[in-house]
Amino acid sequence: MSWETVIGLEVHVQLATKTKIFSGASTAFGAEPNTQACAIDLAMPGTLPVLNKQAVHYAVMFGLAIDAEIGKESAFERKNYFYPDLPKGYQTTQLEKPIVGRGNVEIQLADGRTKNVRIHHAHLEEDAGKSLHDGDFRHGVSGIDLNRAGTALIEIVSEPDMSNAEEAIAFAKKLHSIVTSIGICDGEMSQGSMRFDVNVSVRPTGATELGTRTETKNLNSFKFMEEAIVKEVERQVDLIEDGGTVVQETRLYNGDTKVARSMRSKEEANDYRYFPCPDLLPVIVTDETIEELRRNLPELPDARQARFVQQYGLLDYDAGVIGSDAGTSAYFETAAEKSGNAKLAANWTMGELAARLNNEDLSIANSPVSAEQLGGLMTRIADNSISGKMAKEVFEGIWAGEGSADEIIEARGLKQVSDSGALEQMVADVLAANQAMVDDYINTDESKRKKKLGGFMGQIMKVSKGQANPQQVNQILANKLNELL
Amino acid sequence: MNIERQEIEKLATLARIAIEEGTITGVGERLGSVLELVDQLQAADTSGLDGKSYSIQAIQRLREDEVTEINQREALQALAPDTEEGLFLVPKVIE
Amino acid sequence: MHNLTIAELIKGLQSKEFSSVELTQHFLDRIATMNPGYNALITVTADQALRDAAEADRRLAAGNAPALCGVPMLHKDIFCTSGVRTSCGSKMLDNFIPPYNATVVENFEQAGAVVLGKTNMDEFAMGSSNETSFYGPVQNPWDTDCVPGGSSGGSAAAVAARLAPGATATDTGGSIRQPAALCGITGLKPTYGRVSRWGMIAFASSLDQGGPMARTAEDCAIMLSCMASFDEKDSTSIDQEVPDYSATLSKDVQGLRVGVPAEYFSEGLNPGTEKAVRAALAELEAQGAEIIDISLPNTGLSVPAYYVIAPAEASANLSRFDGVKYGYRCEDPKDLQDLYTRTRAEGFGEEVQRRILIGTYCLSAGYYDAYYGKAQQVRKLIQQDFERAFATVDVIMGPTCPTPAFKFGSKGDDPVAMYLEDIYTIATNLAGLPGMSVPCGMVDNKPVGLQIIGNYFDEARILNIAHQYQQATDWHNQAPEGVTS
Repeated sequence: MSWETVIGLEVHVQLATKTKIFSGASTAFGAEPNTQACAIDLAMPGTLPVLNKQAVHYAVMFGLAIDAEIGKESAFERKNYFYPDLPKGYQTTQLEKPIVGRGNVEIQLADGRTKNVRIHHAHLEEDAGKSLHDGDFRHGVSGIDLNRAGTALIEIVSEPDMSNAEEAIAFAKKLHSIVTSIGICDGEMSQGSMRFDVNVSVRPTGATELGTRTETKNLNSFKFMEEAIVKEVERQVDLIEDGGTVVQETRLYNGDTKVARSMRSKEEANDYRYFPCPDLLPVIVTDETIEELRRNLPELPDARQARFVQQYGLLDYDAGVIGSDAGTSAYFETAAEKSGNAKLAANWTMGELAARLNNEDLSIANSPVSAEQLGGLMTRIADNSISGKMAKEVFEGIWAGEGSADEIIEARGLKQVSDSGALEQMVADVLAANQAMVDDYINTDESKRKKKLGGFMGQIMKVSKGQANPQQVNQILANKLNELL
Repeated sequence: MNIERQEIEKLATLARIAIEEGTITGVGERLGSVLELVDQLQAADTSGLDGKSYSIQAIQRLREDEVTEINQREALQALAPDTEEGLFLVPKVIE
Repeated sequence: MHNLTIAELIKGLQSKEFSSVELTQHFLDRIATMNPGYNALITVTADQALRDAAEADRRLAAGNAPALCGVPMLHKDIFCTSGVRTSCGSKMLDNFIPPYNATVVENFEQAGAVVLGKTNMDEFAMGSSNETSFYGPVQNPWDTDCVPGGSSGGSAAAVAARLAPGATATDTGGSIRQPAALCGITGLKPTYGRVSRWGMIAFASSLDQGGPMARTAEDCAIMLSCMASFDEKDSTSIDQEVPDYSATLSKDVQGLRVGVPAEYFSEGLNPGTEKAVRAALAELEAQGAEIIDISLPNTGLSVPAYYVIAPAEASANLSRFDGVKYGYRCEDPKDLQDLYTRTRAEGFGEEVQRRILIGTYCLSAGYYDAYYGKAQQVRKLIQQDFERAFATVDVIMGPTCPTPAFKFGSKGDDPVAMYLEDIYTIATNLAGLPGMSVPCGMVDNKPVGLQIIGNYFDEARILNIAHQYQQATDWHNQAPEGVTS
């Protein structure tokens, strides 16, 4: 029997607000535990929430980016459950009237197809804190850090429109691309800025009814997400084929050990007892606000990719790779403009730079080589001041903090010799010093002479310490040898 | 109106309140009495009414996204039953 | 000095008839000798009060004293007071010393008031007799075998016993008006949103409202002018200017349309109470008011609706008391669930636990629509009753509660008997309207309260009416035996 997979995603996106959704405490990452948890975040008695305007605007911007209905009147509910990282004993979230309604996200697949994934809705809510289980503290206890408690989130809920891991990853990456492009999320996956819950079910190919689904929670890398989906599909198919049934449950996937497991099922089924939060009033977003946010909405990834093809003449593929990421796009554009050579800038941004950043696990925002510096390097490649090989050396120098391309070329004496008089002399000297090679060349069959040129070239490069412009040398060499025939 | 023991146990679990074995019957009786009172609601004709009404017709005010809270960990954790290294301590959380 | 009203004390302080230190010491002495008999205060802040009084005297001498400079006051122990234990009448918060002030407390501090201490109350304001306090019941100064009413029983008894000229209180279903009636003082529950809820420990957020208790309407006007404010920290606070409530007290009631709902004179109303209320209506009629029979047909549904909505909100509001961040924690919890369930079973009293369980029940899956959803619809019906009534009348009047003060334990084991005590007061909370109780007679040497309900933000009018009534009558000047000397 063949099986088909049905996947839906719930994506938690931390909004890039300076403060929490309901308090004025900072959201800066990496602070000492509980130093950014104020009385409101700690649910101290008598404290009350007031909604962050920027969080509302960011949520609306997301809605506009996916062409969704905007909830002009949305409302907050309380979702009740006890957990040490949830100080109030309820999460303030939206259920009945979310701020973003139905929308659409188009994804590109490797074979060139595109597919539409429907968004069911997206709502505003607060994040929980963190439980730390293996700190330096006493045995048998957990430590609670509430710095993250109250951080503004939107939860994006997709329809179950994806049918394999590739589509799910493409969707996840597209969301990442959208939220970072419009600047509502920093996209730092390793810091938990985007977290994915994956609902997976399988059914016999062609069946109309959905199979029982499981939810694998809190995946924070595309790689882990892919692994978790592949494993879960495999598990469900094996289970059914062995005569078992899939149980609806919440699962966890450990990306380090590659092991997935069911979360210890609680004795009681969850009953969240949602009801309207009486501390908050209806949230109204006016048409004027929506229009203003629409006018100022930063360029979306699809539009940007199209523009890169048109404006810079990039190939579709290159435009897709660069244009999907806001930071890379900005970097590329700066380098392209600085150098006036978009093609080179694109190649280097996707090639040498990306590889180096990847090796060092750095984001482009933290690149030791600035976009201006890369542009400077591109300028020198384009005007033949240095060869491609030397360019790599210069790039390393910039990476190591030795200065701009020009400074390094100057300091290391890497400037390419393109002066034709000097090159002519160099070629003449080499020919004179290697009469045997010249004779050999002359005596060689015309069809095989070309191969012999490499030997002269090597000698010239040696003499010039690699600084001779190879194209020019080639030309001069060919001319001079021809004269001898 | 009597509430079944099972129901009371479920409520107690949801509300995280330990109820002593010996008191369950009494708790159930008194809850039943209150539920009888609130069951009078069922007689009301509320057709066509929007239940999501707010006492005062007003809209949510929005706060500027500016940091107004400074670190007060020391003062706030002075109130906590058990802390270490800036963390609130609880019996081990098992996921 | 303790027989003077707040208005008289302000004059006396400003004309240097006595100093704030003298006045404060006088009340502290009364508290020291008399409070053990009433148990009206949980905490006495003598040292701080005397320091503040000395500072008030300096400001009075300097001639730039604010409105309530040097006037002693009490706060219900539901208002957070920075550096002073705020227990909410519960073992759960017996050790809770907030590092912040409620906005109400802040407002009185700004106005120069001197805080003598914190008053006893039903645990988390859940009760109508003050019998649920962790700190023991409060005795009614008129008859120490009787309850003072609740939940603001400590504030009411303290003002009646002249341990302070005024006290703050809160009202969720009658908790200002009912104890004011039972203790023979004047108390006002303002329009929902008029007084900030910041720092006021929540019972039922959509119903809770702070207000003043004093001996006269004039004093309540002075207190409310200070207490009411627009507060950005409370999303439900209304951005509307606070009038000078004292300025309009002297208007006459000529032509005032007083609605008298038939439902407030139904079965269960003590005949003596009815007689006193009718006499009060006759007095106002004699002053030129027009008495109009009206109907509030859904009054009978207010108690059932309240006992769904208030417990539902409370069940979530009280989830934060989990033994993790502050407050009571049980000894040696064996695991996390044990920590939660035992902390809450030991820290909360029986009535609080009961209301949490009721609220949990009404919100749980399968019951939400029948209980919470239905109760919210009924709440709308009750609001509509009032809307219709206020189309033809200016104010609504009736008894505050069905009987005078009852004996301790007399409501027996059935919680519903106690809940029906608030049958005339609850509807105004559900509608968010202002209501007031004014002494209007005696039955068996126990006071009776006249309730005056106004339209939204019509506090000035009901204070004016109450003041006019008190100009012509003497009930508010009656005092329990032994307290005037």
